[in-house]
Amino acid sequence: MATPDLSPAQLAAPTYPAELRSQLFQYVVQLADTSLILAHRLSEWCGHGPVLEQDLALSNIALDLLGEARSYYQYAAELEGRGRTEDDLAYLRSAVEYRNPLLVEQPNGDFAYTIVRQFLFDNFHYQLLKELKAGPDARLAAIAEKSLKEAAYHLKWSSEWLIRLGDGTPESRRRLDKAIAALWRFAGELTTPTPGESHLQELGLVPDYAALLPAMQAHVAHVLAEATVPLPTAPVAQLGGKTGRHSEHLGYLLAELQYLQRTYPGLTW
Amino acid sequence: MIQQEWPLWEVFIRSKQGLDHKHVGSLHAADAAMAMQNARDVYTRRLEGVSIWVVESRHIHASNPDEAAEFFEPAADKVYRHPTFYDVPDSIKHM
Repeated sequence: MATPDLSPAQLAAPTYPAELRSQLFQYVVQLADTSLILAHRLSEWCGHGPVLEQDLALSNIALDLLGEARSYYQYAAELEGRGRTEDDLAYLRSAVEYRNPLLVEQPNGDFAYTIVRQFLFDNFHYQLLKELKAGPDARLAAIAEKSLKEAAYHLKWSSEWLIRLGDGTPESRRRLDKAIAALWRFAGELTTPTPGESHLQELGLVPDYAALLPAMQAHVAHVLAEATVPLPTAPVAQLGGKTGRHSEHLGYLLAELQYLQRTYPGLTW
Repeated sequence: MIQQEWPLWEVFIRSKQGLDHKHVGSLHAADAAMAMQNARDVYTRRLEGVSIWVVESRHIHASNPDEAAEFFEPAADKVYRHPTFYDVPDSIKHM
């Protein structure tokens, strides 16, 4: 597949000093890992969706995120400048080198689990992209501009499903409550900066998470109220993924995602 | 199965070039909002459209195939209903 439509100026890797370049590389890889891992999780629904229409919706979202991940990996590979490609980054790094937050590697569970995971991510993702789009790095801004329209739809989709499940039948509500109880603790990591992120935020190169929170919290409050679900008391945030300390789930996921390249190195279509 | 509980909807899409919405298929959804999103996800994945209509199938009243003869065949021998018996002057363009 082709790179998204970017102008040559946007494609040229900016000339950051070496140290900053390597810090930005880490940040962009983290964005890429996050979208790739969630895309893979959603792709596991393909052929198993509750109804055909939602099977397609889940696959559409998975493909949107995969496309976004590719753009980030391509940029990361250029920032690194050591000859690694997007495929090397996606297929030849181990679980401890992955930098996605724990939320997105959590298993699909039932449809309610998938919706809660998606809602928590979409709410963050949408606000993050809005800020990235206005940010100083032209390449990230261009990727964010393309992905923002997709993320806006994802958020609408997962918000409406959360409302339906919460304000639906006793069974849908029971499952939603269970999913919220299990997954809410993973939301905090999304907006808790790592030392590397804090540094880039202080430089003003990437969005400050504190600035995203008011809009994120307002949307959560609005959607949960519509869903007649009480706002969960903020649990202690479960951290780790962004610094490479993952749950056991990621290893199994990568085993499947990377199997072909690990078994037949360099294999192409 | 859930599908049997959700009503059926007919989907109409207007393409970029088209002026009219054309019937493209049907889907299941609990209500109009969900039908609209499902239609977007199922029928506009490849840039098929710029506008979507959905209508619950039960609101569509169809002609009876058994009455096709009395409905449609009488028009077959009424050629005079077509405006083909006029001589169009050469000066009239775009006809």
